[in-house]
Amino acid sequence: MGLLEVKNLSLHINGKHILRDVTLDVWRGHIHALVGTNGAGKSTLASAIMGLEGYREVTGKIYFKGERIDDLSIDQRAQKGITFGWQEPARYEGISVNDFVGAGISNDENDKEAIIADALQQVGMKPDDYLTRAVDETLSGGERKKIELASIIAMNPPFIMLDEPDSGIDVATLERMADAIKLLKERGTTVLLITHSLAVMRQADHAFLMCDGQIIEKNTADKIIPYFEQNCIPCNHKNKPDIERAREAIE
Amino acid sequence: MSADQRLASEITGSAGIESDMFKRKDIAHLLIHHDNVVGMHAVDGLEIKTKKIKDGVKIDLRLKEGTTVKNPVQMCFGMMPKKGLQHIVLNAVIEKDAHINILAHCTFPNAIDVKHVMDAELTLEENASYKYYERHVHSDKGGVQVIPKAKIHVGKHARYITDFELLKGRVGLIDIDYETTCEEKSTLEMNARINATHEDKVKIREIGHLNGAHSRGVLLSRVAVRDQAEAEVYSELTASAPYARGHVDCKEIVQDDGIVSAIPIVKVNHPKAHITHEASLGSVDSKQLQTLMARGLSEDDATDLIIQGLLK
Repeated sequence: MGLLEVKNLSLHINGKHILRDVTLDVWRGHIHALVGTNGAGKSTLASAIMGLEGYREVTGKIYFKGERIDDLSIDQRAQKGITFGWQEPARYEGISVNDFVGAGISNDENDKEAIIADALQQVGMKPDDYLTRAVDETLSGGERKKIELASIIAMNPPFIMLDEPDSGIDVATLERMADAIKLLKERGTTVLLITHSLAVMRQADHAFLMCDGQIIEKNTADKIIPYFEQNCIPCNHKNKPDIERAREAIE
Repeated sequence: MSADQRLASEITGSAGIESDMFKRKDIAHLLIHHDNVVGMHAVDGLEIKTKKIKDGVKIDLRLKEGTTVKNPVQMCFGMMPKKGLQHIVLNAVIEKDAHINILAHCTFPNAIDVKHVMDAELTLEENASYKYYERHVHSDKGGVQVIPKAKIHVGKHARYITDFELLKGRVGLIDIDYETTCEEKSTLEMNARINATHEDKVKIREIGHLNGAHSRGVLLSRVAVRDQAEAEVYSELTASAPYARGHVDCKEIVQDDGIVSAIPIVKVNHPKAHITHEASLGSVDSKQLQTLMARGLSEDDATDLIIQGLLK
């Protein structure tokens, strides 16, 4: 049994079929990549798993640690141990890095300050340079992305979804993010990376290939990467997927 | 301890100010309880004259040319009784090349029916600066009416900053009315941050006239309303000289049955002037809220954190 199980999940938005009968298992302690072209439904699936606004009216079932969670609110899912990192992190007027990174740490924790400092260091940020700064537009997109990842590391949940963790960041930051993801795996955290980047896919043990709202292939990441290297996209027609062609290519 | 000392201790204590601060020779202060000056100390170059008026005090403040007051001047306006009126008339002149920061503590901790009225006229001469940080402590009964009115003239190269914040207690009624004119290369910054609950009412009327070339102005308001509270923010900024630049920025968060309105007026009377305005009214930002909830905070806790940040 997977840590997270998605069974026959479908979602319509404004009459359009966005997710089609998605079924997958996410294995405890492994890194997974959810891959596919823009518009394949990757972020939508992650949003539905997190229960974000606009993505909750699903049919099908989502189980976490064997318990059904698809009727829970975002915070209830988070309290069960699921969290999500946005492709474009939000900006917060007046909320300091310290308060933001510390937001997900349990009040029972005695050493909150040390956890926050450690999380910032894990993403390559010096706590003294950032703790009192606001998480607003004075920080670059890459800095906000690292701070968001630090907030997730500080929260230390068993399951993390990161949407396009490499978008909008420079090479040095990318390496830092890769190190941070590696560290999460060492800690035993289960990770789902939403991506269409080969560099990110290479960090994964398993991959789910999505096209037009469907999972068209589940395999080890090394089986799916070569297809991406050669063809870049799993099929030619985003709205009319040539799933057979994609499968043939993978095989 | 004399009666004045006791009152001074009460109002500074309720404002959360360390009493030792008023023993220091290098920190100027002015403590007024109702219509009574209960403590006053000036530093070199700073002249403070007070006169008792009906239900209040008239203050003439003058900072001599070239003087920089090193430490913020501590002003404290308070009313300890539950009911009453306090009227402060302030005339301030900051002479050429003089610089001052004022921290004004306005404290009405027991108010059930207290009215605090301020009528101010302020002149900043060339290259002067005046920063006025107004910090309020009110009772939690909502029985305070704060009605400050000010006319400010900011001279060439001068800099005027005002910042209003309610630290504790309920708003009651806050009715701010400030109008500022700015000469060449001067700077104006008016900030207000208020959290209104219950049946509180907030009215902010801030007007800036950027009359001088290269003058700069920002009118910024952050208001959160909950329960049945109401807020109305009128921000007017006019630019009528070349390279005058301004920005009006209004953010109001509404919860429960609160009502907010924002009326930004921007006028540009010169082809080389430029003003921008940004207003956002309504619920808390959905992405901010969902991010914090995805870290395990309840919707209420996440909303509180966002509002606290906005008002910080």
